[in-house]
Amino acid sequence: MTAPLVVFFVLAAMAVIGAISLILQKHPIHSALSLIVVMVALAGLYLLLGAEFVAAVQIIVYGGAIMVLFVFVIMLLNAGVEEHTSISKMAGAPGLLLVVALAGFVAATIAKSTESVQAAPQTAEMASTMGISNMLFKEFVYPFELTSFLILVAVLGAIVLAQREKS
Amino acid sequence: MISFFSNLLSANAELAITVVKIVLLLFIVLTVNAYLTWFERKVVAHIQSRWGPHRVGPHGLLQPLADGVKFLFKEDPTPAGVDKFVYYLAPLLTLTLAMTSIALIPFGPNPIRLFNHDIYLGIAPPDVNIGILALFAITALGVYGVTLAGWSSNNKYSLLGGLRSSAQMISYELAMTMSVVGVLLMAGSFNLKKIIEAQAHHPEWGIFGWNIWPQILGFFCFFVAAIAETNRAPFDLPEAESELTAGFHTEYASFKFAMFFIAEYTSMITVSCLCSILFFGGWLSPFPASWTFTHYFPSAVLIPFGLWVIWDGVRYETLFGRIILPGAGTAIAGLGALFMLWHGGNEFIQGPFWLLSKIFVFLFVYVWMRGTLPRFRYDQLMSYGWKLLLPLSIVNVIITSFVILAKMTWWGAK
Repeated sequence: MTAPLVVFFVLAAMAVIGAISLILQKHPIHSALSLIVVMVALAGLYLLLGAEFVAAVQIIVYGGAIMVLFVFVIMLLNAGVEEHTSISKMAGAPGLLLVVALAGFVAATIAKSTESVQAAPQTAEMASTMGISNMLFKEFVYPFELTSFLILVAVLGAIVLAQREKS
Repeated sequence: MISFFSNLLSANAELAITVVKIVLLLFIVLTVNAYLTWFERKVVAHIQSRWGPHRVGPHGLLQPLADGVKFLFKEDPTPAGVDKFVYYLAPLLTLTLAMTSIALIPFGPNPIRLFNHDIYLGIAPPDVNIGILALFAITALGVYGVTLAGWSSNNKYSLLGGLRSSAQMISYELAMTMSVVGVLLMAGSFNLKKIIEAQAHHPEWGIFGWNIWPQILGFFCFFVAAIAETNRAPFDLPEAESELTAGFHTEYASFKFAMFFIAEYTSMITVSCLCSILFFGGWLSPFPASWTFTHYFPSAVLIPFGLWVIWDGVRYETLFGRIILPGAGTAIAGLGALFMLWHGGNEFIQGPFWLLSKIFVFLFVYVWMRGTLPRFRYDQLMSYGWKLLLPLSIVNVIITSFVILAKMTWWGAK
């Protein structure tokens, strides 16, 4: 087994275990921590594929900014261990059914595909910072600008909502 | 048996070198951290007309050692009702991330040729393409240590400290990242080595080629935001002792407290490294490249300093000081003489010497600010970050990009 393959399996195991623990943990902070593990493991996988910029941004945006806000809100609300009502316990049954269905669907698709499963081609040129910015600002410039407009609207909305108390 | 080990070593030479480098850097950083506490106490004491530590060893130089022993042997109680896992994880996380970030700093341009391998100063190879981004990624994760420590301690002061710290770090991280964009635009790269080389574009300009002149606004924003990120005075609200006892680390004692302490000082060193690299030319000399006589500057600093230490040691009261200080002085002066007489050593020391001097200056500024500035109030802190630093850093980005665009269109410069 080559070194990158070993690293891949370690990171993949980290991501899967983190995701499972995210669901199983009783306390919201522990769930949030598990999600951070998933994010960091995903960043490591991107790095393994040669997408350095995406990996760094994954950690800065998801691991840093978004998850800090999650943890911040959980701490601010002082949320305790989650309580199970009878309805939320009942929701487990259809959930399990859906999991089995989804897993079966994925397994069937993999089994049906005739091509062998391969790693994504090494796209160091495309994944570099320059490649990404070329794509964002040339090929996909309209969707990109549209997204930034949406974010601007969301920021304005947040400001309006936060200021409502004053008036 | 010996041949087995030598085979293993030659097969994994790069790995072995990296491991040795990591151990060495850990040792150096921890020692520097220890003496940074001594330095800080001494400087703050002199600012406040006191002597500072002066009982343990000559000039209190063994005080860090005594402190370390004290940290190791103090009782380490775990308070009731804490979230055990997170409570133990928090200091570990803080220290690990702080130490990891320093691994990405390149400390010199020229590799040492040893055993047929080019060994660069610094753990990561100097051409990490996303150098500065990787550093920011690690800093971004650093918030969790403080936040989780505050939350898991089961103490209202800790919780308030943790909340404050996460709010502060989210606010100032924005300004810090934005303020660096100007430098990145000028260098056209995230690579720390290329950022330094871009500042040597005009070798005859010396100090006037550094990023600090065109990016003075960016430097101001970066340094202030970085001090806030490291939770140092005057932004040390997460541990404001008059309001929150000790903030997030109230419930931590003994070595777990020491881990927070070491992490804070390590981040100070990282920030000083970044300031020097991004804005002050990293390992570049402030003199024009043709002034070769300035290559003796390291010797001109080290030899007099060593001689002064010898002179100071000889007239010291205790026998111990009379042995230790002249010994250290001889070593320093000898090093200076070596750099003067041995050409290879002289060439090699230029980069590390200037980088380390700049780092030292920034560390002094850190301590100086702690000794002189009063702490911010919480609302002042927030409005300062959001209403002054962030807009200023965005203005800086806009100005820089317009100047670069104008240069490219009208003067055809690249």
